[in-house]
Formats: sequence, C-alpha cells, structure tokens
Amino acid sequence: MKIHEHQAKQLMAARGIPVPLGRVARSVDEAVAAVRPLIEESGNPVVVLKSQIHAGGRGKGTFKEHPGVRGVNVITEGIAGGPSATEEKVRELAQQMLGSTLVTIQTGEEGKQVNRLYVEQGIDIARELYLAVLLDRATSRNIVMASTEGGVEIERVAEEMPEKILRAEIDPAIGLAAFQANELAHGLELEGDASKNFGRFVKALADAATELDTDLIEINPLVVTTDGRVMALDGKMAFDDNALYRHPDIADMRDETEEDPAELAAKNAGLNYIKLDGTIGCLVNGAGLAMATMDTIKHVGGEPANFLDVGGGATADQVTTAFQIITKDPNVKGIFVNIFGGIMRCDVIATGIVEAVERVGLEVPLVVRLEGTNVEKGKQIIEDSGLQVTNADNLLDGAEKILELTA
Amino acid sequence: MSILVDKSTRVLVQGLGKTGEFHTDKAIAYGTQMVGAVHPSRAGIDFHFEGETDHSGVPGRDNSYSMDLPVFATVKEAVAKTGADASVVYVPPPFAADAIMEAAAGGLELVVAITEGIPVADMIKVKRYLQGRPTRLVGPNCPGVITPGECKIGIMPGYIHQRGRIGVVSRSGTLTYEAVHQLTLLGLGQTTAVGIGGDPVNGTNFVDCLRMFEADDETEGVIMIGEIGGTAEEDAALFVKTEMTKPVAGFIAGTTAPPGKRMGHAGAIVSGGKGTAEAKIAAMNEAGIVVADTPSGMGEAMARALG
Repeated sequence: MKIHEHQAKQLMAARGIPVPLGRVARSVDEAVAAVRPLIEESGNPVVVLKSQIHAGGRGKGTFKEHPGVRGVNVITEGIAGGPSATEEKVRELAQQMLGSTLVTIQTGEEGKQVNRLYVEQGIDIARELYLAVLLDRATSRNIVMASTEGGVEIERVAEEMPEKILRAEIDPAIGLAAFQANELAHGLELEGDASKNFGRFVKALADAATELDTDLIEINPLVVTTDGRVMALDGKMAFDDNALYRHPDIADMRDETEEDPAELAAKNAGLNYIKLDGTIGCLVNGAGLAMATMDTIKHVGGEPANFLDVGGGATADQVTTAFQIITKDPNVKGIFVNIFGGIMRCDVIATGIVEAVERVGLEVPLVVRLEGTNVEKGKQIIEDSGLQVTNADNLLDGAEKILELTA
Repeated sequence: MSILVDKSTRVLVQGLGKTGEFHTDKAIAYGTQMVGAVHPSRAGIDFHFEGETDHSGVPGRDNSYSMDLPVFATVKEAVAKTGADASVVYVPPPFAADAIMEAAAGGLELVVAITEGIPVADMIKVKRYLQGRPTRLVGPNCPGVITPGECKIGIMPGYIHQRGRIGVVSRSGTLTYEAVHQLTLLGLGQTTAVGIGGDPVNGTNFVDCLRMFEADDETEGVIMIGEIGGTAEEDAALFVKTEMTKPVAGFIAGTTAPPGKRMGHAGAIVSGGKGTAEAKIAAMNEAGIVVADTPSGMGEAMARALG
C-alpha cells in the first residue's frame, strides 16, 4: 500500500526523523490559511506548494488543464512584500492545481487528479542526497541504499554510475549498526554536524522500516541544509499489505481515490485484479497461471484486458464478483476462464460462472478451460446450465479459441 | 531416489484449521505418513480421519483408511513422541513465522510452509533464525513438495502426478500443476515436484533444488518455472550453465505484466527495469535451457531438452 508524501512525513516526524514543517490542504482556502502560520513558525518567507498523488516526477510534471503549471511550485516571487503576496500566489496556484490532472513520467498520459496539496516551508539546501531502505532479495534482508546523487532517478544512477550507490545490510537481530551509519556518512562525504545528524537520521529510518513493515522508504532528495541539518525534502513510503493488520493507523491512511475503482472492488472481494488495456477478459486461479494466461493470449496475437487471480480457495460468490468486474469493462470483447483446480474445485468455479451469467447476463463469447479437482462435475454443471460456452482442452487451445471468437 | 521427501518421511502438521484438516486428510488418502499434529489449544485430543484411499498415491493399500492422528502442544513433544522429521505449516499468517521457527528448534529436517500472506519482516527474521541450523524450509506461499507414489506434503492434487524421471521446481502453484500434468500425459512423469513459493523471501530457491536434482540418480531432466520479479531465475540459469549436466527446460510467466504492478504474488513485480521476463528468458537461453513459448508447451520443451 502506498501513502502520500505528507503522510510519510507525518510518520517520520512522529519518530523524530527531521522533515520540513508543512500543512496539508484539501481546499484553496486551507492552502491559503496554511501560509502565514508556516512562515511564522519556520522563519522562512519561502513556501512550497506540492501536489499529493501516488506517483513520482511531480516536480517536472505539468497539469493537463494548465500546461504552464508544474506539480511542485516554490513560491519566491514577491515575497519581499510579506506573507500577503505569498498568500495571493498560493491562492492562484491552488485554484489551478486542485481538481486538475497532473501528468508526470510515472502517471502515464492519462495523469492523476490532484485532490490534496502540501504547503511546506522553504529550505536552504547545501546538498541533495539519496537514501532508501528496501528489501534485498538476494540476502533476504532490508538494505540501506544511499548516494551522493540526490534529486535524480536512482535507476539512472544505478545504470550510469553504479559506483555512486552505497549499500548497508540491516541484520534483523541488530538493526543498522553505528559503524554502518558512519561508513555511509563517510561515503557520502559528510563531516562534522552533518555526519552526526545523518547517522541519527539513517538509524531512525532503518528502525522505521522494520517497525512499520515498509516495502520501501525512499527519500529523494535527502537534503543537507546550509546550517548542517539533515532532513527529508521528499518522502515516499510503501507498506507490506500482509502486515497492515498490525498497523491499523497506517491502514487508515489508504487513499482510495488513488486506486482504480475496479481494482478496489476486487481487493474488497479478496480477488487480485489489475486492469489492462486489451479486449480479452481473463479469470484464472493462481497468480502464476493468471500471468501465464495473459502471456498466452498475447502469444496468439490477442491483448488481455486484465489480470485476475481468484486465488486458491475462492467461493462461488467471489467468482460471481470476478465475473461482474470483468464484464463491467467496456473494452472486453470476450472472456477466457482458465482453471487448474488444486484446492480450487472446478465445480465451485462452474457454479460461480453459471450464477454470474444468470445475475449479470453475458453479451460476449465465453471460453472455459477446466482441469484438476472435480473437473467432470464442473463440466457437467456448465453443460446442464445451457450456457453458450466454448470448451477448451488446454490453455493454448483456449487462448486460440477466444481470439477466434472475438476477431 | 527423489529429493526432499520419500516413503520414509514422517510428517507433522502444524495448524489444524479448516485448510490444514482438509489437506491432512488428502495427504493420508495419498499414503503420506502423517504422524501427528501440533495445535496447542487441541493438544491431547486425537483427530480422526477416514475415507477412501487415493490410489494415485502410495501403491498397495486398502481401499479405505481410518486413523487417529495424535495432537501435541509443541513441536518438541511431537518429535519426541512420533520421530517426525518433517512438518507442513498451515498456521495463519500472523503466527506462521513462529511456527516455522518452532519446527526448526524442534530439530525437523524439512519444513514446508503453505501459508500465504506472511509479512516480509517476519520472513526476514525466520531466515536469520534458520542460519546455521540444519532445517530446510520450503515456501512459504507454496503448494508444497510431492514425490509421486511416496509422499505428498501440501495442497497439490495428487492424481495429476505420476512417478517418473523429471524434477519440477516452480515459484507458482498452478503452473506447477500444468507442468506436472503435461509430464504425466507425455509419460515422462516426475521424481519430485517442489513449489518454492511466490514470496520475495523464501526458504529454498531454484539453485538449491537444481543442485539436489543434479545429484539425484533417478532425475534425468528438470523443468524450472519462474516468473517476473527478483533475479532468482538468472542465478539459476548461471548454475545450470556452470554446474549442471542434466537437461533443463523452463518457462517464465509475466512477459505481458505492466511494470510496477504486483501480479498477485508479492514477489512478482517488475521494478526499475529489473526482474523482467525478457532478461530471465535471455539468461536461460544463454544457459542452454529450453524455454517454452507458452505454458502449454512446458512438457514438450522438456521432451526436446531430453533429446
């Protein structure tokens, strides 16, 4: 699960990790009202207005409705005139940003609607660094990744200057050791107060990753201020969905407006669904088989409309919901059900399909391939129902048949 | 021969909820030596199982079975009383990591964790705990391990298997079934099929299994089934290239997966250009592995690799 920058910073601040002062605003008036107290509290006349969406590249992104406006705006113009000039500028920008569609390199062409802004104090930056905590699968441990090349995409650094990326492995029984923090600080060419401040920062961040069950914490950039402080200028956090049960406060931070409505409905029904751009809907049991089904559709020249894994122990109700989700997609010209029953019994799937068609109707061709536990019972249920179904012998056969029927 | 499990394997079940009970029954029907259960709140109460024998399993048995499975409070006690050497974990996610560690502390050689949804942080600790201990963990989030005709530990349907000469190792449950089914239809059969699980942190990886299959007399070839995410398949390809003499066939799921999206399995995600199907297939081709174009072609790819 992803959260917004302002939420990540709130979690960091609560753990004593330095972040700039800021206030979240969901309306133009809230954004304007944030300006004066922020300037007074920080003593810095510069404020920054940041779009809050679950995608990176906001600083360089622009709005569809206002191509001249960027996703992040540092307001310096006219600040000599005092807070009221800044307030006016914030009002003008917030009006254009809120409710508009921000397009960045990570959102795709369709962009994402901005529903919240973060009004943040300006910072006097001496250096921009990169810092992240993430899982290293090779060692089965979390690692800290740091680089002197802050503010740019880390993937590019990894490709062009891999020697600029420092790593430290976090032993789960010990946490990040002081010497490791020191090694990182040294590698980042930090000295004096900045080195000490960085050490505290990275240790707290490593602890946060373990204690909050994050998949990823990425601070890009991590800044060293002109007076030697170290703080998170940006903050991205993603959490292990499987561990959210022990962090109800974080689970509450979920912003459902950031998620695809169909994917959300599927998740609430206990299904794994991802919408794609093709025309052939897929309903499959098992994640690997669901991926392989999409691959096979593509292999025979079709385009999958979705990934849908009904899981190992789906009920007839879940299958019905899955069917409803697929048929709601107007791009879907045909449906391919591919089941290899292990725990999942073919008769349960068959019952679900029949009920779904009775409830929501079926206007597109349907190909069903059943194999595994109770396969004969499953086939019988579908045959007895009188549904218009094309049977397939195997996965490839099914993919070819649905392609033919939708051509 | 076979790898990991055979007819002498004595198995405990940890977690006798609905799923655990259902699959314990299937394992007994198959002929697996289930010797006890660990379930603190039900300790001391035998669990009764009876039904029709699954004749696709261990040969030469009666048509029906009826047995009382003793339930123990701890793994240590269960091992002392039953001489178990393996366990299968169906414990729910919040408690599964602890169950795995208890199995290791109890001295079991093999722990097969079926549970899906264990937090990554818990598995990181489990891996640390297993360091230096002789216990091998398979899974979590996997279908289990089966040596056809001898021992079935996990949730796979027994009847699609047939004793034969091919080793199967896979990150995906249902794709394992696909491969196994095709091998059975082609008459190649399986020595052992291992589901290593779809999680980013797991106990046994491709290379571990490939090494065991290479050393196993009866195994003549291996099918490895990977998917997007991580670099385990690339590591496996390197191992095949440098250390294996037996032919290997394979398949990678997720060629069409969009980047940055988690495709059902927690481990199946392409991030920052790493973990793509293309890179994995290229590495496998490079290592001389016969990679099937579609999952329907896995068995045939194996037949081709055998020559």
